[in-house]
Amino acid sequence: MAYPTKYRYTREHEWIDANGNTASIGITEHAQDSLGDIVFVELPRVGEKVERGKVFGSVESVKAVSDLYAPASGTVSAVNEDLTSAPEKINADAHAAWIMKIELSDPGEIESLLTADAYENYVKEESEH
Amino acid sequence: MPETLRKTALNSIHRLLGAKMVEFGGWDMPVEYTGLIAEHLAVRTGVGLFDVSHMGDIQFRGPGSLEAVQHISMNDASRLQVGQAQYSAMLYPQGTFVDDLIVHRFSDNDYLLVINAGTREKDYNWVRQNAARFDCHVSDYSDYYTQLAIQGPKAEATLQKLTNVDLSAIKFYWFAWGTVCGLPNTLIARTGYTGEDGFEIYVPSDALTSERVWNEVLESGREFDIRPCGLGARNTLRLEAALSLYGHEISETINVFEAGLDRFCKLEKGTFIGSEALKQVQAAGGPERKLVGLEVVERGIAREGYRVLDEQGQTMGHVASGSPAPFLKKNIALAFVPRACAEPGTEVAVEIRNNPVKAKVVPLPFYRKPKRA
Repeated sequence: MAYPTKYRYTREHEWIDANGNTASIGITEHAQDSLGDIVFVELPRVGEKVERGKVFGSVESVKAVSDLYAPASGTVSAVNEDLTSAPEKINADAHAAWIMKIELSDPGEIESLLTADAYENYVKEESEH
Repeated sequence: MPETLRKTALNSIHRLLGAKMVEFGGWDMPVEYTGLIAEHLAVRTGVGLFDVSHMGDIQFRGPGSLEAVQHISMNDASRLQVGQAQYSAMLYPQGTFVDDLIVHRFSDNDYLLVINAGTREKDYNWVRQNAARFDCHVSDYSDYYTQLAIQGPKAEATLQKLTNVDLSAIKFYWFAWGTVCGLPNTLIARTGYTGEDGFEIYVPSDALTSERVWNEVLESGREFDIRPCGLGARNTLRLEAALSLYGHEISETINVFEAGLDRFCKLEKGTFIGSEALKQVQAAGGPERKLVGLEVVERGIAREGYRVLDEQGQTMGHVASGSPAPFLKKNIALAFVPRACAEPGTEVAVEIRNNPVKAKVVPLPFYRKPKRA
């Protein structure tokens, strides 16, 4: 599975796709694969402020709960309500199934996140441990 | 991976099939192959194949075998006929659990006890120590067998093609010996841990034989869309059927009445380890807490360790096991609550990530297999 080069990534396995001041956020292919069948997504509320590195929601597979960490700070402008009834869309295409959109409070934050190559290497190293 | 993890004879097959592997009870085991939900549903509607070789096998032989089995286990093994098996458990003197197990009566003086993986050494030592004064020989045959579980409504049709034994003649919790995949004198038991019909077979544990049998079962079940199934599905299947898992619903701090397993505990059979303590619990009016089934009514998944709250929001118990139920499509849990709150219909809440989420007590098991035609 290729990691889109347009996206940036976190070590907590989220992706962020920034377009100007707006960004979509989801979890990576590696994250969905590790979790297995996803059955529950806890979404934030529109208008809520999220802070970089802080928990904004969770995804649950049959086996486990996994917190979602905001890759960047901002205000939630949209949440993907589809995932409430069809959380398996994340398994089907993790890089298309966005969880929330935010208005970035500091678009510069994106630059410090992992590139697709760096993330792929990080995942490889992590799985070797 | 620590070097101390043990592997079953099918370890390389699991890896070849692309299974996700996890540590379970000191073993390197497959948790899922293609996906937990698909594996779970295969067992409910078709057939699934599990490697359960990590389970332990302790054999009692000799004239004092029955007496020894009666002393160390809570069910009444004297009621077993040759060829029959029963669910039972070993208890500590205080009436709590060493482990649960299945007792098979091979012959008058020959019994096989199948025990859990994580507790194998502890169980074997306990058995050795407590059976020492009886006229019988206790052997640990755990490493001699690859144990495969073929489970689901199509389990019989899958296995029948590989054996000369008439499987339809084996009743639930009975067993027979026969040729399976060309292997003579193979133990075929109509037992399992999925709440579904199915068989457990015990074949020699060398990799060559184990892999051959595994592959032949998969090939035979192909017409029923058989799936190899991991521990993930094994857990959700047993939870839907409300079967206990050591360390969750039964443990050294949980007694038989609390776990709701009194129907497998025959206090009237005579004294056995744990019986005196249990009679005292009974005389005192029963246990203070009980294991119940919960169905989460609002949105949320109850998981192990989550608190169960009363109407005032006070903690009154905890979740022993909880998960989405893939076949029932509900979020279910087994939880310990005060006896007064154990009646089906009682409304409670489960604290899920700091929020009280409504749940209700429901009758157990959550899932019961349809009657065989």
